Amino acid sequence: MAVARKIPSPIVNIETEPFWKAARERRFVVPTCSTCGRAHWYPRAICPFCGGNIAWHDASGRGTIYTYSVMRRAKEPYVIAYVTLAEGPTMLTNLVECDLDALRIGQPVGVVFVETENGPPVPMFKPA
Amino acid sequence: MTIKGKAYIAGVFEHPTRHAPDKSVAQLHAEVALGALADAGLTRDDVDGYFCAGDAPGPGPASMAEYLHLTKLRHVDSTELGGASYVALAGHAAAAIALDKCNVALITLAGRPRSEGVATGTTPRLRDPNQPEAAFEFPCGLTTANGYAMCAMRHMYQYGTTSEQLAWIKVAASHHAQHNPHAMLPEVVTVADVVNSPVIADPLHRLDCCVISDGGGALVVVKPEIAKSLHWPPVRIIGAGETVKHLAGGSFDLTISGAARSGPAAFAEAGVKPADIKYVSIYDSFTITVLIQIEDLGFCEKGMGGKFVADGNLISGVGKLPFNTDGGGLCNNHPANRGGMTKVIEAVRQLRGEAHPAVQVKNCDLALAQGTGMQLGTRHCSATLIMERE
Ligand SMILES: [Zn+2]
Repeated sequence: MAVARKIPSPIVNIETEPFWKAARERRFVVPTCSTCGRAHWYPRAICPFCGGNIAWHDASGRGTIYTYSVMRRAKEPYVIAYVTLAEGPTMLTNLVECDLDALRIGQPVGVVFVETENGPPVPMFKPA
Repeated sequence: MTIKGKAYIAGVFEHPTRHAPDKSVAQLHAEVALGALADAGLTRDDVDGYFCAGDAPGPGPASMAEYLHLTKLRHVDSTELGGASYVALAGHAAAAIALDKCNVALITLAGRPRSEGVATGTTPRLRDPNQPEAAFEFPCGLTTANGYAMCAMRHMYQYGTTSEQLAWIKVAASHHAQHNPHAMLPEVVTVADVVNSPVIADPLHRLDCCVISDGGGALVVVKPEIAKSLHWPPVRIIGAGETVKHLAGGSFDLTISGAARSGPAAFAEAGVKPADIKYVSIYDSFTITVLIQIEDLGFCEKGMGGKFVADGNLISGVGKLPFNTDGGGLCNNHPANRGGMTKVIEAVRQLRGEAHPAVQVKNCDLALAQGTGMQLGTRHCSATLIMERE
């Protein structure tokens, strides 16, 4: 079950442009601090933990489901979720290409990029 | 420095309307303002402090101050904390009064989402494209309902909480709402009714969600000298706390709310413990919102909320912790999609002994109002207010 919902285009701004440039190349990058070494989410140019500068690291694309909810009150039900990345941070995303009734917290998932209306693709996850 | 005992809630008014297609938002603000001032026995000429939040039409407090014809203002505050704003603003008013920045503070809330026909809980909304998280969250289809639902799902996973336990929160609210002639949903419901209602966003059912209503409410907060000359048994503010809880760079626990910080701050200022509280108004956008806040405020251990709320423990006259005796947002109203104002109002009614006799808590001399505004599943504002009858 692919996502039937039209995915709104992310609003790209100057701060997070490198993330979306990588996304267009189907590369999932996670902002990682050059000073303290920690990765964070949602992406910003300044490390939220220590104030250091960040670099855009290629991520493994692997994670596990932290929590999720199937939105039944929608034209096409879709799954919103938090996925905890192998790199550390937990991110808000969608689960796709999955059986809506067989999802469970803790399940391993992998990143896929999904087209948006007219912007760069966005990272979502499917069961690994 | 403390606000304890420095200010009194002298006037409250809840708009009786639940559907106001024939009134403007500004007009509703004015009606609740006049209602609360009349309740206090004061007039607009007495008001020298005005407090409002994001529901007030116009930028900050300016347009409403003019519409209400407040001409003596020397202190204003339009802090926006979503639905928790009015719980926080009551504390801000007490702080301003304690610092002698004003003597009579008016706080208003009003809105008409029902008349405007907005599917507020189930439609993704982009509020501000400059919000730094917008690009990463808006494409996900985050709505009010599925955000709170993810908190419920995690709480169930982590602590074994069940849909039936959550349903008890709605059941308790409905037991109270049957006595409220203004309640939108005055019918008593059962656990089965809740868990058999359609699923909106797993695991939340339709009856786990609050109502959408028009309306509003207002508070008048005054300094002690003024309170003593008015007719109501004085209700004094003795503790307040507020905070923002967010995703902290991607390292968070969705089963914990901001009440875990605002609650202890308010209890410390008031010098009381959860066990001392006779009545609680707990923000009830969804059943899960109530459960998590009850745990975070310390009424039971973290993770034990499901057991705590079951079997009528929140029903006045039946359980240990009577809550939302007006029927709350789950059954009574949720004006402007913001439940903080009515939380304070029902707590004041309880302290005055003016709640409906069927739900009035005996010897109610200490009450708490708790607000959680915005989105429990991402970032939200929390405010706690503790009040005492002298
Ligand atoms: Zn750092």
